[in-house]
Amino acid sequence: MSSLLESNVIFRNVYCFWAANPGNADQCTPVGALVMKDGLLPAGFEWLAYVMAGLSVILLIVNVYLVFAALYTYVDRRVLGKFQGRIGPNRVGPFGILQPLADGVKLLTKEDIVPAGADRWVFNLAPVVMMSSGILVLAVVPFGKDSFVVDLNIGILYVFAVTGINTLAMFMAGLASANRYAMFGGMRAVAQLISYEIPVVLSVVGIIMMAGTMSLVGIVEAQKVPFIFVQPLAFFVFIAGSSAEMNRSPFDQVEAEGEIIAGYHTEYSGMKFGVFQAAEFGAVLITSALISTLFLKGWEGPFLPSHVWFLLKLFFFAFIFIWIRATLPRLRIDQIMAYAWKFLLPLSLINIFVVAAEILLLGEQITDSSGVRMDLTAGDMWIMAGINVVVAIVSVIGLSKITGMDAKESTKVASATRIIEGT
Amino acid sequence: MYGLGILKGLTVTMKNFFRKPFTIQYPEERVAQHPRFRGEEFTWYEERCTGCASCAKYCPLGIIRIVTHPGGEHVSEGQEYAIDVFDIDIARCMFCGLCVEACPYDALFMGSGFEEGQYSRKDLVITKDRLINADKKPSTWFRPQLENQEYNSQSGPPVDWENAGREPWSYHMPVRPQSADESLEQGEETR
Repeated sequence: MSSLLESNVIFRNVYCFWAANPGNADQCTPVGALVMKDGLLPAGFEWLAYVMAGLSVILLIVNVYLVFAALYTYVDRRVLGKFQGRIGPNRVGPFGILQPLADGVKLLTKEDIVPAGADRWVFNLAPVVMMSSGILVLAVVPFGKDSFVVDLNIGILYVFAVTGINTLAMFMAGLASANRYAMFGGMRAVAQLISYEIPVVLSVVGIIMMAGTMSLVGIVEAQKVPFIFVQPLAFFVFIAGSSAEMNRSPFDQVEAEGEIIAGYHTEYSGMKFGVFQAAEFGAVLITSALISTLFLKGWEGPFLPSHVWFLLKLFFFAFIFIWIRATLPRLRIDQIMAYAWKFLLPLSLINIFVVAAEILLLGEQITDSSGVRMDLTAGDMWIMAGINVVVAIVSVIGLSKITGMDAKESTKVASATRIIEGT
Repeated sequence: MYGLGILKGLTVTMKNFFRKPFTIQYPEERVAQHPRFRGEEFTWYEERCTGCASCAKYCPLGIIRIVTHPGGEHVSEGQEYAIDVFDIDIARCMFCGLCVEACPYDALFMGSGFEEGQYSRKDLVITKDRLINADKKPSTWFRPQLENQEYNSQSGPPVDWENAGREPWSYHMPVRPQSADESLEQGEETR
């Protein structure tokens, strides 16, 4: 109970607003005390204040998720329009900023159809599961200095455990829809998401080794040099793998509209479909938040406030995902699987090996209260960065040659890749 | 190779990102339209029409309905018939323009608009009243005299019934002007 009060400013302030003061004067900050000298509730109701503080934080997080997802649908459409030489939605409100609201109203007023052969319970549960997995991730993401719901010491493990639920939600939707195309979508989702989970998780192992902690806050603080420079290979694997996990182009096999209509959400209509869409856009934001936390020092940066820095980095990566989506065509399912297993997985293993060796050579072993760990200075990290860039280039080129992924030698490779490269 | 093709593709899309959008925002902005565009609402000059119903006969779909009665009060050459009904059912019109080609008195023109959407089939019939009250902005299709006048169906002023024909209106006057040769020469010029 006390750890949340110490770590979370919002939680502490709401708690101090409600709870009677004398009992917890040591926990309430001057800010909290300034708002109310005494709490609104009588003594003995601290548990209620605790519940209320918890509910306020939950409300805040859920709304942040929904508002950002809605905002991102707008940003996505405008930026994608710009990439395609058109304008995008600009009619509702100034610059079309109220378009997500209009879309929401439209989806809410639409008829909500459940197919006759569908498994009603699973069918209705799938969007809820899908969205809740996204919201749960936000519990550990640090939005700025001292701005997180909870600083779990197994933060990254929690993130991957929770995002893994996505797969289940998609398969639930596909299975319950009583529709072959939805079923195909669900099967593809399972195949693709589980395949890409492995390289993504393995690419983060290198970061965990360097930071010496799994807590996201700890990882941000451990980045004397942004890990995007120190581990370019891990960054590449993470950005490729996580864009596959978001089911966005070029990896949108799960809902390939040219082949299987809309994949797992073929049979969904109205707000249930809207929830799927919101969860998908939310997944992009969560991935961007994770990338900026893991590789770009999260909230840290000069001059601007920490929250602004975090948002800048988040939207920078969100923009990059839109850019990739605007550029690349959809791959075939076998190409996608080959890319995960033959290319990204070896790369992430090489990264782990190289980083581990470097830490062993350069790091200084220190023993403190948290156990034995290897400490790296900023200079060590720059040396590692230099080595790792070379390793990244060599291993990408070498692996392309070995696996036949370079388009000139092989006929099996992506026709899509060949079209882009003009060979 | 080695992802360089992807980078090339990304630069292509980035170039497009900084390009001006191609979109023309329709109700506020419009594409420049060809003057010979065969538009939906026909332009009809009651003053020039004799009620001969050539247009109705030439229409391959038979969608022009003309009812006349012997009047004599009409200005145009025949002076015999007054027109009671002049209906064009544009719901079935294919805008071939044969009616315009058929008209011997240059009374019927293709229109230059395209915004005649209606909620019921009944409203798609262009009646005589609508034809009379409509903006007289004909298309120059099959009417070279309008192009010679450098008339612009989009920006220019409406065309008067006296100026719409192949030759000056005075040529058609019941009482011919004294020097018929002069007016003929004028007609040659405007042709």
